[in-house]
Amino acid sequence: MAHRLNVLVCSGASCISNDSLKVKEAMLAEIDRLGLNKEIKVIETGCMGPCQLGPVILVYPDETLYKKVQVEDVREIVEQHFLKGRPVERLMYKSPLTDELVHKSSEVDYFQKQVKIVLANCGNIDPESIEEYIAVGGYEALGKAVTEMTPDTVLNEIKISGLRGRGGGGFPTHMKWMFTKNEKSDEKYVICNADEGDPGAFMDRSVIEGDPHTLIEGMAIAGYVVGASKGYVYVRAEYPLAIERLQKAISQAKEVGFLGERIFQSDFSFDLEVRVGAGAFVCGEETALIHSIEGKRGTPRPRPPYPSASGVWGKPTVLNNVETYANVRHIILNGGAWMAKIGTETSKGTKVFALSGTIKNTGLAEVPMGTTIRELIYDIGGGAPEGHEIKAVQLGGPSGGCVTPEYFDTPIDYESLTQLGAMMGSGGVIAMDETACMVNTAKFFLDFTCFESCGKCTPCRVGLKQMYGLLDKITKGEGEEGDIEALEKLANTIKTTALCGLGQTAPNPVLSTIKYFRHEYEEHIHDKKCRALVCKDLISYEIDAEKCKACTLCAQKCPVDAIRGQRGVVHVIEQEKCVSCGSCYDVCPFGAVQRLSGEN
Amino acid sequence: MKRKEILRKYEAKPDNLLYILHDIQDASPYNYVTEEDMEEIADFLGLPYSKVYGTATFYSMISQKPRGKHVIRLCDSPPCHLMGSESILDILKEELGIDVGQTTPDMLFTLEITSCLGVCGVAPAMMIDEEVFGNLTPKKLRKIIKDYREGNV
Repeated sequence: MAHRLNVLVCSGASCISNDSLKVKEAMLAEIDRLGLNKEIKVIETGCMGPCQLGPVILVYPDETLYKKVQVEDVREIVEQHFLKGRPVERLMYKSPLTDELVHKSSEVDYFQKQVKIVLANCGNIDPESIEEYIAVGGYEALGKAVTEMTPDTVLNEIKISGLRGRGGGGFPTHMKWMFTKNEKSDEKYVICNADEGDPGAFMDRSVIEGDPHTLIEGMAIAGYVVGASKGYVYVRAEYPLAIERLQKAISQAKEVGFLGERIFQSDFSFDLEVRVGAGAFVCGEETALIHSIEGKRGTPRPRPPYPSASGVWGKPTVLNNVETYANVRHIILNGGAWMAKIGTETSKGTKVFALSGTIKNTGLAEVPMGTTIRELIYDIGGGAPEGHEIKAVQLGGPSGGCVTPEYFDTPIDYESLTQLGAMMGSGGVIAMDETACMVNTAKFFLDFTCFESCGKCTPCRVGLKQMYGLLDKITKGEGEEGDIEALEKLANTIKTTALCGLGQTAPNPVLSTIKYFRHEYEEHIHDKKCRALVCKDLISYEIDAEKCKACTLCAQKCPVDAIRGQRGVVHVIEQEKCVSCGSCYDVCPFGAVQRLSGEN
Repeated sequence: MKRKEILRKYEAKPDNLLYILHDIQDASPYNYVTEEDMEEIADFLGLPYSKVYGTATFYSMISQKPRGKHVIRLCDSPPCHLMGSESILDILKEELGIDVGQTTPDMLFTLEITSCLGVCGVAPAMMIDEEVFGNLTPKKLRKIIKDYREGNV
């Protein structure tokens, strides 16, 4: 190692949003001030995973992990640790279980159950340096494929590996590739779907931001197999950093000759182009995405023909998502059998999950298929924050469904999640505690899909709106007998008749919340009660006379003068005037304002 | 950059339409594309105006009305919602004195809601132009707005 210390500063979008780049600048300045430039190298890396600890800094070789580092902390780290060899303990990670300092990043509980294949380089190399990627074996798989293997032998390895699409459906990757390969055409295309729109999923963004060359390499290998010489990566415009790093990586790969004519002096040529979306969730659907690449409105069309027969420009096209392509180089280097050893009977390899919501450790976690939901959200995610309990997790975003604690011991694979009424989807895991109202959550997801519906087919355009109307009615306390059944009927009709995946899966959050939380729906309808105290129209406010200190703060804040009382006189809320805005609840310093639901 | 200069950068192929719309919008001081823009793009690409208009209006990030210098996009996806994006929205409205979809009279800010920004680990989050801000609290939010108002960015 040329440098005494390597300091890795996480520069994924999450850490950047908490000023990691300013921390890096400050660190460079401090190192410069002390004349340590020759000894210490500061490297910007992609996402390391534990977003809730950000900005995260990892120091090699001693593996010290610093969390929540701010500009003010930099001087102390450089002087105490880098100069004097005394790590700054107050910024180090403490195990929530033992409350003890964790001295090595590999011992951090968040990382211990993870198996990093797709994310192996994320957070370990500078994503803007092709040299660093090559140093960790980058483009070896492409070289091996085009110089030592035939398209058929590559395809066979993919088949043996059991790789399935990581974007949602879980369709076997080798079959998609084979269909495209078998088509006769003068031109074929390889497309990467990086239109990661599922709320709560951010693994594709992290892979592109942290290790863009892995994607390029995987796509080039796909091109070699199917006989395509051109590829597109369709990235959503909400990810400017990913677009920038990917474009940079593509030009580096072109310069070095890993993209372009006669790659590795073979007969294989492959070129890649980035296409940027403009804010339309439906473009994650493959036929809509293809329309968008062609510069059209991103509306889907009926299938068949599938893109493997008629894709972009009507030519055979293979289309996979980022995480799927990111697996490819590892399969080529280690062999399909290696991957097939990891996972369950039907689902091989690992899956990257994005943990968010009311959970202690938010961020990215890559685990072998077959890991249980419990391991994922408790051993890695740390469970709910202090004093709360997880009541459900939403898997698969707005297309998926919720899963309740009694099913948390289910090993995760494509089939098991579908059986539970959820789905693998892209791997978003949104944890919800008792403060989440499941009816309101379902309404929220539906609000999203209603808004994002492209309007082309009636079931999705009109049906979802009707479902939303029913849910809105229920959350407003106007629900009636029969509403749940009407929701179920509509949901099942839309599922079977909508044109594309968006509409076909949009009712899932409603169906799964009805399945597992029917009692909450019934409480809303019959008892006008929202147990989570979320649905505004079902909540009333009262002042606890024992706790009230008669300070008048709430009365001053009340927008409709519904609070009687004065200094020294305990306050009372006039229910007929109250509009349940909650201002008094928020402002009371003594916790005297109580929220009630369904009790009158 | 002038419209003509932007168009010159591109080959006249219909699949460049989205790129061109983005570029023209970014070059506009008011962050939008005008009818004349769309007409000229249609001529340049050899497409009917209706096609260009249809595409431009389909995508939520392309605006047909003038917007502020800075476009604030607050994420209101479930993870952000669960972590309190609603109260962040209230403060944004209060600070800016505008509702969602509106622009401040000084043409400095436009407030929009966006779908997932993919930084759910640091929810609630928002984006101002191309900059992402996470772990938003009322205090942090007010400071960010102040910095933008004073041009300290």
